[in-house]
Amino acid sequence: MIELDRAGRSFKVRRTVVHAVRDLSFTVGRGEFVGCLGPNGAGKSTTIKMLCGILTPTSGSVRVAGLDPSRRRTALARRIGVVFGQRTTLWWDLPLADSFQLVRHLYKVDRRTFAERLDELCETLDLGTFLRTPVRQLSLGQRMRGDLAAALLHAPEVLVLDEPTIGLDVVSKAGIRDFLLRLNAERGTTVLLTTHDLGDVERLCRRVVLIDHGRLAFDGTLAGLMATVPGRTTIEDVVTHLYTAGRRAAASPAEEPARALRRARDQ
Amino acid sequence: MVRTYALLIWTWTRSAAAYPASFALAAVFTTVTAAVDLGVILVVFANTTALAGFSRDEVLFLYGAASLAFCVTDLLIGNIDRVSGHIRAGTLDVVLIRPAAAWVQLAADRFVPARIGRVLQAAAVLGHSVAVIGPDWRRAWMIPVMLATGIVIFAALWTLAGALQFLLTDAPEVVNSFTYGGQQLTQYPLSVYGRDLVRGVTYVLPLAFVNWQPGLYVLGRPDPCGTPEFTRFLGPAAALLLSLLAALAWRQGIRHYRSTGSQG
Amino acid sequence: MPHSPHVPSPCRHPPEDTTPALYARLVRHGFRRHAAYPGAALAGAFTNTVFGVLRAYTLIALWQARPGLAGYDVADAVTFCFVTQAFIGPMQLFGGGLGIPERIRSGDIALDLVRPAPLQLWAFAEDLGRAAYLLAVRGVPPLLAGAALFGITAPDGPARWAALAAGLLAAFAVSFGWRYLVALSVCWLTDDRGVNVLSLVLTTFFSGMLLPLGLFPGALGEVAAALPWAAIVQAPADLYLGTAPIGPTLAFQAFWTVVLAGLGVLGTRAIRHRVVIQGG
Repeated sequence: MIELDRAGRSFKVRRTVVHAVRDLSFTVGRGEFVGCLGPNGAGKSTTIKMLCGILTPTSGSVRVAGLDPSRRRTALARRIGVVFGQRTTLWWDLPLADSFQLVRHLYKVDRRTFAERLDELCETLDLGTFLRTPVRQLSLGQRMRGDLAAALLHAPEVLVLDEPTIGLDVVSKAGIRDFLLRLNAERGTTVLLTTHDLGDVERLCRRVVLIDHGRLAFDGTLAGLMATVPGRTTIEDVVTHLYTAGRRAAASPAEEPARALRRARDQ
Repeated sequence: MVRTYALLIWTWTRSAAAYPASFALAAVFTTVTAAVDLGVILVVFANTTALAGFSRDEVLFLYGAASLAFCVTDLLIGNIDRVSGHIRAGTLDVVLIRPAAAWVQLAADRFVPARIGRVLQAAAVLGHSVAVIGPDWRRAWMIPVMLATGIVIFAALWTLAGALQFLLTDAPEVVNSFTYGGQQLTQYPLSVYGRDLVRGVTYVLPLAFVNWQPGLYVLGRPDPCGTPEFTRFLGPAAALLLSLLAALAWRQGIRHYRSTGSQG
Repeated sequence: MPHSPHVPSPCRHPPEDTTPALYARLVRHGFRRHAAYPGAALAGAFTNTVFGVLRAYTLIALWQARPGLAGYDVADAVTFCFVTQAFIGPMQLFGGGLGIPERIRSGDIALDLVRPAPLQLWAFAEDLGRAAYLLAVRGVPPLLAGAALFGITAPDGPARWAALAAGLLAAFAVSFGWRYLVALSVCWLTDDRGVNVLSLVLTTFFSGMLLPLGLFPGALGEVAAALPWAAIVQAPADLYLGTAPIGPTLAFQAFWTVVLAGLGVLGTRAIRHRVVIQGG
């Protein structure tokens, strides 16, 4: 469903070229649930933006649901759902229900299907009590549930989540995670999420992709990731080790992050 | 596209209608603010009977025509010039993940139905001045053409202003010179202004076709700046040309955004 | 623009914080905070200049029809136009600029009220820094453009410059006094849009920013010339042009400075009372 082939994205910042993402290749198959990890500034958000068609890659190619996101932005938009944890995709000043109605029209969902899906989402995400509340008055947990519902009303094949559990309390997090698991298991929706919350990864992701300094540093199962650094028992330890190894490697530019990772493994 | 737009403004209108008192107050406020320009014209004509060869009622006719076109545009797509704000807030990304044209979404975003107050005020001034002047009715067909042309020209101008903000994210106020400046300029007979400025707004930014050229035709007057008679009818062509330019600039702006990205 | 987050601890009362040094620092801080956005200021200068050119032509047309109106010749009228455009930024003629309404709504005003320095003086000092920056960066370009395009005049002689400097300071004090009252009114209103629109209309129309007040017919003109907004634009513009007697003009500005500052003191006391009673 998602294919990146040597995708790269560079920015010009005050006349110097910064490579936010370079030579990134991985694929996500139908029905997979993939977690994307990486330290701040690693290139995760840039990757997500390329997948949604917001940002055109400067090199390589990206395909989502068989489409080139940068050329077929609106066609792709009907087939994927996107949630940004840091900002809402809902209309800030409108009641949640109005936002859903707008989504229904924008995504051309017919009335009956919409009603069915909304009922179901209202139940599973427990939206009933605040449907008439303007989005700006919702708590973060409520807003995130609203955002998820809005992203799923058109039954997308792929769901892309950028830090969906950021800032949520334990109970809200657990609710969102359960919902995503069921969505993936029962509907077969392909899910790609970025997160800094390792609990998300442990609970949700069968597969982990680690991006560091814009490159693919690891792609495999969670168990595989744990095995890269022997002697560490918790995922926090492993990821901390890998991130700091990546940072050390970046400090000595001659060394590639991938090599640093290998070195970290050998230590 | 039209359906999406209608749907968005209908949703905003409904949400504004949930607070009728607030809506009424806002309508009064926008009308009062707009009335300041009218007040200035009235004070000017308290001191003179003619300005650059035009009487008070003729100036009110030109003001009413330009103001009506401007206020309709401002009502319908006035928020298109908030591009830089959307870029800085990251909401442009949200707009781009939806399956609808970004222009339509941004033009209808936070639609303010209370701006109808200004439209009515401008319409009243125009109606009054037409009634007083009593133009030749064989020439009055130009009035609706003039208004439609004016709306299209201002809409194109707003779109250009929005497109420019993709480049000027740090200083979005610059574009006010073109939008609100255009409104200020067209409030008075162009014969008030210097010759070079008039040439500029005739042939570069076609503001002269908002009300001046067609207005001269309605009033049955020759152009004091000496443009030939046929230029009175060039408005629709100028509006079309400017719209094409604006559409291109907008596409280029979106492309620029997607190829440069935003921080964060 | 967000209000400065740097709030000194209310428990600490160092003696030097109540001396002029603190206020000098606040003026510098206000200046620097705006100096961080030169793009916005220059964009404003550009827009003010464009509008200045458009308004200048209207005034020229009017003065061609009626030379000597309001005691100005054409050159005075055009100069007046660019001088008033230059005032828009520093005198904040379109309102706002204080950040107090946001702080009242968020409740942060309680922190401001427990500072060892009075809120009114504190805000005045910061706003003075803002005005100084905008006078230089947003005020000077319209004047230069006016000089280049229309040959506007400059005050001659040190006495006129000194009077202008005093008049500018007083105009700023009146502008601040008015905006401070408008800002405090948020405390009693659920929706401050009405007050802001009212203030905008009064300030633009009755200050002389749109037309010299001498053009206003009959009683309207006399009333307008006596109102505080005239002290913000018309009075310093006349000092620039040398078309008004220096002493009475400065006295008129001083009068409104004192009145508005006094009302500001009462207003500050009232919101302190309200915040304390309502628990912030």
